[in-house]
Amino acid sequence: MTERGLQPPSPGFRIQRWTPLSVLFTGGLSGLVVVLAFAPVLLGENTQNNLIQLYFLVIMAMMWNALAGYGGLVSVGQQGFIGIGAYAAVFFSVQHGLNPYVSMLFATLIGGAVAIPVAAVVLWLRNGAFAIATWVVAEVFAILVSLDPNPAIGGGTGTSALLPFTLRYTPTQRLHYTYWAALGSVAVLLVLLFALLRSRLGGSLQAIRDDEEAAASVGVRVLLGKGILFVVAGAGCAAAGTIILAWQLSVLPLGPDSVFGINWTARMIFMVLVGGLGTFEGPIIGAVVLYVLQTYISINGVWYFVMLGGVAIGFALLLPRGIWGTIQERFNVRLLPVGYRLRIED
Amino acid sequence: MSWIADIVHGILLGGFYALLASGLALMFGVMRIINLAHGSLALVGAYMALLLTEHLHISPYLALAPVLPGALIVGYLLQRTMLERSLRAGQLVPLLTTFGLLIAIANLLQRFFSPDVHSLDAGRIGPASWHVSNTLSIPWFDVLTLGIAVAVLGGLQLVLRRTQLGRELRATAEDPDTAELVGVNARAVYARATAIAVAIAALAGVFYGMRSGFDPNAGASELLYAFEAVVIGGIGSLWGTLGGGIVLGISQEVGAQINQEYFALGGHVVFLAVLVARSAYGAPRIRYALRRFA
Repeated sequence: MTERGLQPPSPGFRIQRWTPLSVLFTGGLSGLVVVLAFAPVLLGENTQNNLIQLYFLVIMAMMWNALAGYGGLVSVGQQGFIGIGAYAAVFFSVQHGLNPYVSMLFATLIGGAVAIPVAAVVLWLRNGAFAIATWVVAEVFAILVSLDPNPAIGGGTGTSALLPFTLRYTPTQRLHYTYWAALGSVAVLLVLLFALLRSRLGGSLQAIRDDEEAAASVGVRVLLGKGILFVVAGAGCAAAGTIILAWQLSVLPLGPDSVFGINWTARMIFMVLVGGLGTFEGPIIGAVVLYVLQTYISINGVWYFVMLGGVAIGFALLLPRGIWGTIQERFNVRLLPVGYRLRIED
Repeated sequence: MSWIADIVHGILLGGFYALLASGLALMFGVMRIINLAHGSLALVGAYMALLLTEHLHISPYLALAPVLPGALIVGYLLQRTMLERSLRAGQLVPLLTTFGLLIAIANLLQRFFSPDVHSLDAGRIGPASWHVSNTLSIPWFDVLTLGIAVAVLGGLQLVLRRTQLGRELRATAEDPDTAELVGVNARAVYARATAIAVAIAALAGVFYGMRSGFDPNAGASELLYAFEAVVIGGIGSLWGTLGGGIVLGISQEVGAQINQEYFALGGHVVFLAVLVARSAYGAPRIRYALRRFA
């Protein structure tokens, strides 16, 4: 099917976005989301707890891939937005007595709002300079939050959202609502990103990633495109942070394992590299791989991160397209089509 | 008066940051990559010195004798095995692989040396200081660090200006393909640059271990400080790195003067302010600034 706004192809060719397989798969995925929505009724508490972890990993992987795979922006500071999300949710729910789930929604928007001034500072940098600048911003967020004079927020020993959740909900209710919030966030962000990358913006973003100067010279608004991605990724990572808060109820501000910790970036890079950088489906696969590794193969903390780092290096060097990118290349399949393909008419 | 002490201490601290940053600046200048594992490699130097001091009961200064050649070899192998392939794969891959290395090193150090804080004994010079007035005393160790930093930067400049290796480094930094045409082996030059950079990082790491306690995760903050020094000083200039280190050191000391916990924040804020000022000034292209490196 041809798309609006595109040049009609030369005779004998047509532009195809959907294939029968991708229609089938996208439909199947939507169906899967609907089925998963019934998990609180169908599955046990353990499984729900595990799936919540999978969901926030999927969100993080999608967001990091959107930045690096589509915008060419390697951020090592997305943990800053994860932390902002968690702490903003505490701010609204503990400090202002809002419903914790409404607080999570607000906190997600705060993440996007905070990303705007950050984008203004870091987006003109490239590659390594951008990477480290985002990390510095994340450190500044962490330090400022830990130094907040408000005892409900500040302090190196962290903060807790135990009260707003337990005052309103029984543990079972909290698990169910958190599960739905997490699944809903995944679904909404997946659709949002899919629409964004299929739009004209998606094409211009890939042009930016491949060659910024050339893209600018043919009229792509480079900063606007990167800015939109950065804000979406900020909101998405904040959403992941709110889910982490609702899932574990308390968070720490400082150190590599905290909610502002660099270990989140290690996980994101692992998931995206393993799944396939710059493919739409890859990060989801990467998240599933990481989830399976940490859930079913018990591996102690230190070796877990050595493994994450080592495997990331291995994939970057030996299989840079990741699992899904390699499959895509070999079998020429697109399950969630964000690109275009040119077909010769029979 | 205490402000004067802050500034003096900041300048001395800046010497340490310049030492830490010069390897990062060298690799960036020659290969256009930022080695995210730079701080972690410095930390490995400190831990290797720790091993030697604990088992052979030698001073950390003497430990430099095996640590520095070891770091040269590590740097050379790192380039040949990992970074060379990364460089060929585009601009993003070196970031991803060096980040993976950073995470792996931090956790391996934690595995083999425990998460506890360790420190190296700086010897008699460690606690000694020159008592100028009641509010200002100058630690001799900090003066020594600044002296080493100046010597390393001067030595680097001398190598770049005067030696065959320096000419090859500059030619390769300018244009690796053309350098190859006139008989320079760019890959060998890159490997030597990384070897030198890692050795300087290890030197900085040993001095870091003598000036303060260190733990396996310290590599991350050291990387940030080193990079901040490079950026504040103006990417592409060796002596600028010293200036950047000094500005960073003063910012941190002044921050700590306001509130003990604002030490790191002071440096981060000045770094971000420099970024904002530069972007408002018209986004100088890092790449072009690099051409003037050395």
